[in-house]
Amino acid sequence: MSIISPGFGGRRRSSAPDLPPGQYLTHDFPVLSAGPTPRIPLERWSFTITDETGARTSWSWDELNALPQEDFTVDIHCVTKWSKLGTTWRGVSLDTLFENVESTADFTMVHSYGGYTTNVPLEDLLDGKAWIAHTFDGEPLHPEHGGPARLVVPALYFWKSAKWVNGIEMLQQDEPGFWEEAGYHMYGDPWREQRYQGD
Amino acid sequence: MTTGFELDGNAMAGDLREIFAVDLTEAVATCAGCGRPSAVAALLVWGPAPGLVARCPGCEDVVLRLVRAPGRAWLDVRGAVSLRIALPEESVAEGPA
Repeated sequence: MSIISPGFGGRRRSSAPDLPPGQYLTHDFPVLSAGPTPRIPLERWSFTITDETGARTSWSWDELNALPQEDFTVDIHCVTKWSKLGTTWRGVSLDTLFENVESTADFTMVHSYGGYTTNVPLEDLLDGKAWIAHTFDGEPLHPEHGGPARLVVPALYFWKSAKWVNGIEMLQQDEPGFWEEAGYHMYGDPWREQRYQGD
Repeated sequence: MTTGFELDGNAMAGDLREIFAVDLTEAVATCAGCGRPSAVAALLVWGPAPGLVARCPGCEDVVLRLVRAPGRAWLDVRGAVSLRIALPEESVAEGPA
């Protein structure tokens, strides 16, 4: 990985047919952060789903790793216009984590260590569309890319794939997260170029 | 029905035009998290993409967020209790009666 990221403000365009509108192809993995990188000891890591009644279901690091693991290969699209194709990850499907969660809520707020939040409709987290990933390209996920674990929801712009994820809160109504409060789109479909509010 | 107001936002036009014409890096932002006042220039900033995030040097809570899109920008100030902005002496406004 290069030290200087070429990911910002680029005007390069690719003719690759797999790219959503306005995106260019990168082979690096640019790092974008809204704050200091949290360092979470694995023995203190946990992930919690909180339903709309406040009932909580939690997993420790060991419990997460004891669940069925999936290897998946996906394209990722950052709202800052870089796309990276065929990225390989390992983690736990959200279908597995939601198996025993009873909820009638349609929306979620994803929470991270460090205070980051992002909203994702529940239907975009289920049916094989999202994972809690702890391994990237065969290696433990580096803290600057969201390790120990991050959400990966590749159908949406990558700011929805919260780094350092530690929980999902079920909501009856859609509410904006960290970037959505400050101008970014509530949903963020890269194929419809939903970058900002009003797009 | 909302009652009791006498003016609309246009009545703030002169004051806002004056305030937003100044160099805001010299303004003092008071953190909504810990109450510490800091010059905007002294805030800790991450970015520039997806946006600029300015955090309190005391508690690292977010004080300001600035997102730029083509033709528009969002300035989110909910992390600041207030911004204290220095103005020229001759521009002293009349205080509450």
